[in-house]
Amino acid sequence: MMLTERRQKTVKKNDKTIREPLFRVVKRDGMPWYKSMLIRLIAVLAALLLCSLLSIFMAKASPLEFIKTLVDGAIGSTHKLWKFAKDTAVLLCISLAITPAFRMRFWNIGAEGQTLIGALASVAIAFYLGGKVSDGLLLVIMLFASVLVGALWGGLPAFFKAKWNTNETLFTLMMNYVATGLVSYCLVCWTPTNGSVLPRLEFGHIPVVIHEYFLIIFIVLIITALIHVYLHYTKQGYEISVVGESENTARYIGINVSKVIIRTMLISGAICGLAGFLIVGALDHSINTETVGGMGFTAIMVSWLAKFNPVIMLGTSAFITFLQLGSSQISSTFNIDSSFPNMVVGIVLFFIIGCEFFIGYRIKLRESDKKGGNKQ
Amino acid sequence: MNRPMALELKNVSKYFGNLAANKNVNLSVYRGEILAILGENGCGKTTLMNMIAGIYFPDSGTISVDGKEVVIRSPKDAFNHGIGMIHQHFKLVDIFTAAENIVLGVNDGKRYNIKKVNSRVAEIADKYGFHIDPKKKIYEMSVSEKQTVEILKVLYRGADILILDEPSAVLTPQETDRLFDVLRRMREDGKSILIITHKLNEVMSISDRVAVLRKGENINTVETSKTTPAELTEMMVGKKVSLNIERPEPVNVCDRLEVKNLNMVDADGIKVLDNISFTARSGEILGIAGIAGSGQKELLESIAGLCHPITGQIIYHNPKTEKTEDLRDKDPVAIRELGVRLSFVPEDRIGMGLVGNMDIVDNMLLRSYRKGFSMFVDRKKPGDLADKIVKELQVSTPNTHTPVRRLSGGNVQKVLVGREIASAPTVLMAAYPVRGLDINSSYTIYDLLTEQKKNGVAVVFVGEDLDVLVELCDRIVVICAGKVTGILDARNTTKEEIGLLMTKTEGIYDVDGKEAENGEKE
Amino acid sequence: MNAFWDFIITSIPLGMTFLYGCTGEILTEKAGHLNLGIPGIMCVGGVCGCSALRLLYRSGLPPILIVLIAIIAAFAGGALMGALYCLLTVTLKANQNVTGLAMTTFGVGITKFVMNKLAIVPIRYLYALPYFRFPFAERTDALKYCGIMVYLAVIIALSTSYVLSKTQTGLHLRSVGENPATADAVGINVTKYKYVATLIGSGIAALGGLFYIMDYSGSVDAYKKIEALGWLSVALVIFTLWRPHLSIIGSFVFGTLYIVGSRIPTLLNITMDMSATPLFEMLPYVVTIIVLIVTSVSKKRENQPPAALGLPYFREER
Repeated sequence: MMLTERRQKTVKKNDKTIREPLFRVVKRDGMPWYKSMLIRLIAVLAALLLCSLLSIFMAKASPLEFIKTLVDGAIGSTHKLWKFAKDTAVLLCISLAITPAFRMRFWNIGAEGQTLIGALASVAIAFYLGGKVSDGLLLVIMLFASVLVGALWGGLPAFFKAKWNTNETLFTLMMNYVATGLVSYCLVCWTPTNGSVLPRLEFGHIPVVIHEYFLIIFIVLIITALIHVYLHYTKQGYEISVVGESENTARYIGINVSKVIIRTMLISGAICGLAGFLIVGALDHSINTETVGGMGFTAIMVSWLAKFNPVIMLGTSAFITFLQLGSSQISSTFNIDSSFPNMVVGIVLFFIIGCEFFIGYRIKLRESDKKGGNKQ
Repeated sequence: MNRPMALELKNVSKYFGNLAANKNVNLSVYRGEILAILGENGCGKTTLMNMIAGIYFPDSGTISVDGKEVVIRSPKDAFNHGIGMIHQHFKLVDIFTAAENIVLGVNDGKRYNIKKVNSRVAEIADKYGFHIDPKKKIYEMSVSEKQTVEILKVLYRGADILILDEPSAVLTPQETDRLFDVLRRMREDGKSILIITHKLNEVMSISDRVAVLRKGENINTVETSKTTPAELTEMMVGKKVSLNIERPEPVNVCDRLEVKNLNMVDADGIKVLDNISFTARSGEILGIAGIAGSGQKELLESIAGLCHPITGQIIYHNPKTEKTEDLRDKDPVAIRELGVRLSFVPEDRIGMGLVGNMDIVDNMLLRSYRKGFSMFVDRKKPGDLADKIVKELQVSTPNTHTPVRRLSGGNVQKVLVGREIASAPTVLMAAYPVRGLDINSSYTIYDLLTEQKKNGVAVVFVGEDLDVLVELCDRIVVICAGKVTGILDARNTTKEEIGLLMTKTEGIYDVDGKEAENGEKE
Repeated sequence: MNAFWDFIITSIPLGMTFLYGCTGEILTEKAGHLNLGIPGIMCVGGVCGCSALRLLYRSGLPPILIVLIAIIAAFAGGALMGALYCLLTVTLKANQNVTGLAMTTFGVGITKFVMNKLAIVPIRYLYALPYFRFPFAERTDALKYCGIMVYLAVIIALSTSYVLSKTQTGLHLRSVGENPATADAVGINVTKYKYVATLIGSGIAALGGLFYIMDYSGSVDAYKKIEALGWLSVALVIFTLWRPHLSIIGSFVFGTLYIVGSRIPTLLNITMDMSATPLFEMLPYVVTIIVLIVTSVSKKRENQPPAALGLPYFREER
């Protein structure tokens, strides 16, 4: 029979027994923080080296010039420093917003839409009520509307997730485009003659204190502190961690998982809405479909890089903003295209994503079987 | 015996770390024979079978098929030698049809044609008397149908040696009978069958010979017709080993938790708890003995409010208010709000009882974080508790801020048991609390349980080592396939008696007259 | 009636952009990988194809060959992105969502970059148009849009559907996405299947980018819209319940929904406020959300995403 033949063949092949592949991947048990930071640092440096090589290739700039322009572009002058801080603050705010959801392992990639819809709510209030109520009251209503609408935008996917386990990644993603569509619609309605460009709003400006950007930076710092406290020191924050780590354990101690999912996403969406309010009230005073400009997605990276820790996020959001501003300076100085920042950020992210493997896993060369069984 | 030898194992050993899972095991199966492998939990049966099936590689010893020495380093090699294993946990793709699952991974050089596969599957099924629709999707199938698919999967690949890991564990008696008919037909067809089982009546009814394993060693292989269940049990459990566990006489015994006629079905519609009744009393350790998967997990989780039985009662006698409450269908929070101080050490320590990535303090917090009206968590008291547990139970850890995932098994268990005891429970349930622990840690846990008993707690201990159960507990409830098969006085029983009850599927055995009423109903 | 036909026939080629992206994403998802890098991959596909045309249009090669090379270049570009995605998510076990999003950021960036370069010198890739639009290239009516890449999209979708449902390779691939541990146990090389499916899938998706820039819109600026179209392609996967043959119809529906807003006035012969257009553009997304909810509520097993979608497979953790 065929089978016997096949058997004999394998028997022959098996004479040279290969018991294990040459190397295999083993999960690491943990790594001292300085070692993991070192790996990440090496990854970032390698990525920057690659980027500088790219810029040599494209603009004949030396790596030294590359670094110099990068730093100069991001924090080279007082004005740039303020801008850097402002950009960091906005990105940080959105990153903070999605963090509670991510700690719960709820893949909210709809921060873009939640922020945009929040911004839209603010603009709508300012557009319709501006001048009719006092400026202070207007701001309060704007804030309230943004937070409410943002929470709604985040809470809807969470409700379906909790109730029917609807895939939240795709749901929140689609909600982004619904938000974009609503913004375009409103723009067409509000600017019948002006080709969908909304002129700067006259009302609903957050007052300027010390510096144009001071207040927004200050507010975001407060939010950072609040989120940090919320996640690490409150009962609700603790529940989020437990649900994220193990739903089984959550059930074991009697946490209502559905309730936590919905509550957390309401908060997440509300902070996104708040970010939208800040963007409108303190910075743009207008809206278009690009108002959030992909920050909802970048925020995911920021949050993920910081291992969902709000304080570390101060650093990661600054780092990403630094790269973006610096590389856009490079693109203008060396006359490289304005999309250069996207590429730089992309490359750096790839390196960091890749290097996480070496932090979480260990490559083990072939050795005797006996030790292999010695796991926990 | 002049029949040709199908499979022969010589001096096969396998070590996990320093622990010998199998030591110098010799085993042989003839063509056209059914060999039963009998042994307690953790005696190395499954490890041995996994080595034949290519999942593990033996550290020493040889395996021969048809008289020729072979090397089996993967399931694929095993298939090539005509060996197929039917695992206890089915490996099937739910949304595929039976035939699609069967043909998955088969590389016979023929063009793939699902119609031909369907008819081929039907043909094999007919030959051995299976009833199966090749086009039926797995998720629409009953457990016994799924098992049929697993067996067909192996037969389709042309296996002549079949290994079945506790095939009857998931089947009803009728389904088991049908399976056995099929197995007998395969035997007539010249196939060799190795069947792992705990149930003695099945061993007696189906097998030609029985190999008894104990603590990783093959104690004996005997012909079924020349042995008795009693003899087999004795071989299986071995001589009594004295453990010297302290066992004070219970004082102030009173009923604390009464389980009455509890019935439950799982997601697949299988009856996992079948009219379970017993009483746990304060100041006593009540042991629950049974083959793994006989319903212990479901029973404890029902009491803890994590899963919900269809009928029956769980009556709690509150020592403070003297009132009784039915805990069935209440969630853990509701149970706690009734003032029931119930502690539960689940089998799955890091997946359920603790959160692996959190430190010891935060794991202490799991039970107590709700206390108080403040919206903030109080880590002061859990911190003190963590320090206390680390100190008193000698948990070896760098500090209390180490994630429990990084602790060794024994230390993880000390943390978990420590926390559960700290809430001053009136009922303490522990499922396999010493599984995987070294001797010293095990004794620490026994002492902790005994101490709780002295404090008047009703302790429920689910165990697997019969020696421990006999020495630690005051009474022992034996369950088999979701039914109570006996309630014994631990001081006047033997391992053999428990062993027989654990493997007995019908009839009720009773020693403790008082429980007869509860345990008797069929 | 004429306006109606015009509308229908314009929807078809637009839908093909989705069809490429959707077929590619289905292949990847069937291997258990939610590739959120598809929009970026489609952009990169467009860029690679355009670059090939830009380099070759004066080379004197026969135009049909240039077109073919462009298609191959787009496919290769996409496959390369797919390889990067696999390297990170399969081999290095990185988070699929994060990796996918980074791929999109990167892909969109690089596309903008190259396309702006290409735009400086006027590219005459339209030179090749007759070959893309064969056999209707000479016509001036609506049919002129239905060229060779439209048929290619349908052929790819149908053959993907055939491979997935009727061959053993497809069976193996689906088992990898449903239950990698089971697949592994019966000797299927899980890593190989994941790589091959993602590479081919990304290549197919990349063709969508090329098609949109070159054939459908024929303008350098068209790349700006690809990202949004790419997300719609991901949505289409849900809408068509992971079935490539259904996605042929689905892509047509999405194409229709996408342009219906601007066509309604002519279609119904009414004067409509322009403001409603964005609302119509929202339709595909809203419909997708509804489909997503309905399938999750109904819990019909065949309509669920592959069971192991988004989960990394690590054999030791079995």
